[in-house]
Amino acid sequence: MSRPLHELGVVEARELLQRREVNARELAAAVLRRVEEVEPRVRAYITVTADLALQQAAEADARLARAEGGLLTGVPVCVKDVLCTAGVRTTAGSRILEGFVPPYDAHVYRRLRAEGAVMVGKGNMDEFAMGSSTENSAYFPTRNPWDLDRVPGGSSGGSAASIVAGEALASVGSDTGGSIRQPASLCGLVGLKPTYGRVSRFGLIAFASSLDQVGPFAMTVRDAARMLRVIAGYDPRDSTSIDRPVPDYEAALGDDLRGLRMGVPREYFVEGMEPGVREAVLRAVGMSGELGAVVDREVSLPSTDHALAVYYILAPSEASSNLARYDGVKYGYSFQAGGSMWEEMEQTRGRGFGDEVKRRIMLGTYALSAGYYDAYYLKAQKVRTRIRHEFEAAFERCDVLVAPTSPTVAFPIGSRVDDPLAMYLSDVCTIPVNIAGLPGVSIPCGFSDGLPVGLQVIGRPFDEATVLRVAYALEQALGVAGRRPAL
Amino acid sequence: MTTVATDYEVVIGLEVHAQLLTRSKMFCGCSAEYSAAPPNTHVCPVCLGMPGVLPVINRRAVELTIMTALALDCEIPEQSKFDRKNYHYPDLMKGYQVSQYDLPLSRDGWLTIETEEGERRVGVTRVHLEEDTARLTHVDGPDGSFSLVDVNRSGVPLMEIVSEPDMRSPEEARLYLVKLRQVLRYAGVSLANMEEGNFRCDANVSLRPRGSSSLGVKVEVKNMNSFRSVQRALEYEVERQTRLLDGGEAVVQETRGWVESEGKTVSQRSKEYAHDYRYFPEPDLPPMQVNRELVSRLRAALPELPDEKRRRFEEAYGLTRYEAELLVESRARADYHEAAVAASGLRGDARLQRAKQVANWMLGDMARLQNAQNVDIEAVRIQPEQLGQLVAMVEGGQITGRSAKAVFERMWREGRSPHEIVAEEGLAQISGVDELRGIVERVIAASDRAVADYRAGKTEAVQFLVGQVMKQTKGRANPGTVRDLLLEILQNG
Repeated sequence: MSRPLHELGVVEARELLQRREVNARELAAAVLRRVEEVEPRVRAYITVTADLALQQAAEADARLARAEGGLLTGVPVCVKDVLCTAGVRTTAGSRILEGFVPPYDAHVYRRLRAEGAVMVGKGNMDEFAMGSSTENSAYFPTRNPWDLDRVPGGSSGGSAASIVAGEALASVGSDTGGSIRQPASLCGLVGLKPTYGRVSRFGLIAFASSLDQVGPFAMTVRDAARMLRVIAGYDPRDSTSIDRPVPDYEAALGDDLRGLRMGVPREYFVEGMEPGVREAVLRAVGMSGELGAVVDREVSLPSTDHALAVYYILAPSEASSNLARYDGVKYGYSFQAGGSMWEEMEQTRGRGFGDEVKRRIMLGTYALSAGYYDAYYLKAQKVRTRIRHEFEAAFERCDVLVAPTSPTVAFPIGSRVDDPLAMYLSDVCTIPVNIAGLPGVSIPCGFSDGLPVGLQVIGRPFDEATVLRVAYALEQALGVAGRRPAL
Repeated sequence: MTTVATDYEVVIGLEVHAQLLTRSKMFCGCSAEYSAAPPNTHVCPVCLGMPGVLPVINRRAVELTIMTALALDCEIPEQSKFDRKNYHYPDLMKGYQVSQYDLPLSRDGWLTIETEEGERRVGVTRVHLEEDTARLTHVDGPDGSFSLVDVNRSGVPLMEIVSEPDMRSPEEARLYLVKLRQVLRYAGVSLANMEEGNFRCDANVSLRPRGSSSLGVKVEVKNMNSFRSVQRALEYEVERQTRLLDGGEAVVQETRGWVESEGKTVSQRSKEYAHDYRYFPEPDLPPMQVNRELVSRLRAALPELPDEKRRRFEEAYGLTRYEAELLVESRARADYHEAAVAASGLRGDARLQRAKQVANWMLGDMARLQNAQNVDIEAVRIQPEQLGQLVAMVEGGQITGRSAKAVFERMWREGRSPHEIVAEEGLAQISGVDELRGIVERVIAASDRAVADYRAGKTEAVQFLVGQVMKQTKGRANPGTVRDLLLEILQNG
């Protein structure tokens, strides 16, 4: 075999395991060796669960020997540290959950395990998924494998970088305003945010409950489709998950786009967009036409401009409430110096949360306060409804919309940390999709100055199959998928 | 100088929180029955508010709330939702309480109370559903004071019933609470026991000059643990506010706590420090569509409520309003009465007569013993049909009324049938003239003085002689027969 084991794809590895050409222990060991080799430079993991991975791999081999393999048996994956894993420390990238070991599994992790996946470790992230560069991790920043001086994007930076660096074959992350798609774009791999309600949020540490959704990362669209099939589905423990059958997404993949109506919303080609990004995205649009798609460049989503404002009211509002439970009394970090209960709670929160988290708690608390609620929260909800309606109208004339994922390629570490607004603009193309609860995928569509550029494909609610079909056809035609940097 | 005291009208509104009788908690599968459980044993990641967990609505809790609302003649809107009420307190595991803000499960109902001036309707603003908090126990130890948290109560379904400011005296507030508790118990939705903490009450009270239609500054009173303390706290508040207003001072809008041991309210929090709860829709729970079929099904499932039952008892059993009210005080008591009457199989006037007698026993001797020994109707050992049998034995002349009292007391103690007790004690009434003649003759022979009195025209002497015969027969003789015999013998002799 010419390629090292740690560069195998998910479906590919699963087939080799099935044919017993490789066993799960060898594969896990190879990935763990790679982790040892590159992790000091990439820092994709907050926690590496080497022993657990080898144990799970041994179980996978036993299952394979009994011909009881599942869809992911023996496949090493990275799990974003925002998903609870029983017995394994789960921090959400925050000091305040330092040492928190949940006694329960997130639904998504349970699904991965049920299909035999092997967990390599917990992926680094911006604290509580608030950020677009993974620099807000309370532990350390993750670096972009394409250029170690640049950010991998965020908040699921660890989940994205780990795969490109060969430290996992696939991963799961969470996406509240772009936290899967944007790092996928910046790291040059496939990242999919499913429809709100497609994947259970049970055990996903909440940032903004009405926007959060768990989704997969992988080097190829087919691998992402496999991952989605595993984690999607109704969960009675999440009342916002929807009871709809999960299709075989892989079976829906195809090479051409004949008859597909593709819209290119003009508002997504924003000011400040890098020419290299524009070029790569437009090349992919042109390619779609060649593949048989009917490209509609007149689609307009006029409220796109307001999406960022809406997001920075709704998400912090929900976050201010979701993060109220971290007071140092029940679990996680607790500041204790003999002060009063209230003093110690304040100190715990003051020391346990990072600046960005505090900024958003303050924003949200303000937006929900008496006298401001109508002007902010309620108004934002109204605009949210309008944004949703505009998408609905667009989907009457189009089957999918395509747009850039991020207006820029990966930016240098430290370049935006002191400018929150510039950081927020990283997600200007991804946020509207969360606001409307739609499925969106980012796939690599080219390079600009040697750094990956992502193309975003947005679909109708619960039409991940079409989104993946378009992504797959373009991936095949563009020929940029699967490229990895030399590390 | 003369001062003219203003005549004030008291305005009271009540907020009642009642725990619902569901098997599991509001948003998780933990058992909601925690009263006998050791602390922190009925808990799970959801009711502990751990990271990443999500609530799932307890359907039964929604149904019980709707049933309550229907019992209070509320409207049930088709749309309802949960909201988050945000505040920090160590009894609140998530830092917010899942409650209902602008779309409660029900609104605009009423409850009828019986005041001295007659029936009055107290408006019910809304009945909504929320979750209970954990229980804090404050401990003052040698190393300082601290609080213990028991999370068993966290997440227990809690219903909030908010009244309009329609009560005009502390006594009316008490009547409202008594009636509300009765309705909740009838509907089977809550144990509604204030002392046990599953029925709690906060009161808003203000004064205004009589005749005024605007509301005065209100004070919220908390920490009352019994109906009596509600009434006392309100009486105290009315006095306090009257004093302030008469002295030309303003009432401060604030929350005051009732201190039972001192018999007064003390300021807890003034309006400037009032919470801003930052309500917003609970994003973890989709809005509820309350379908009309469910509402009709729940309406049909509602049992007969106290007012309805009282009216029926008056009509069907010919009881006075007062008797009927006492009998329907609890569903169990009313059921007891009906079972005792029904066991007779009687119809028409005989049935009315039986119902009246059963009511007399229940409201007389039985109530006396129940009160004296603190026994609920459910725990009374006399079965309803046994009480019916006792009444029937008196009506049929098988035992005397006097014997019946003794039999009743043994039934109360032993729970045995009156037939058994009567047979065992030989209490069957002696009505036979032949059996009684000998005894009557012996009594006359032994009572020269009374006989002489009789002959001298003192007819009361007969009563003395009847008493002597009853004494000889241990109360078993039929008093009418004895009297007839006495008169016959005395007149003939």
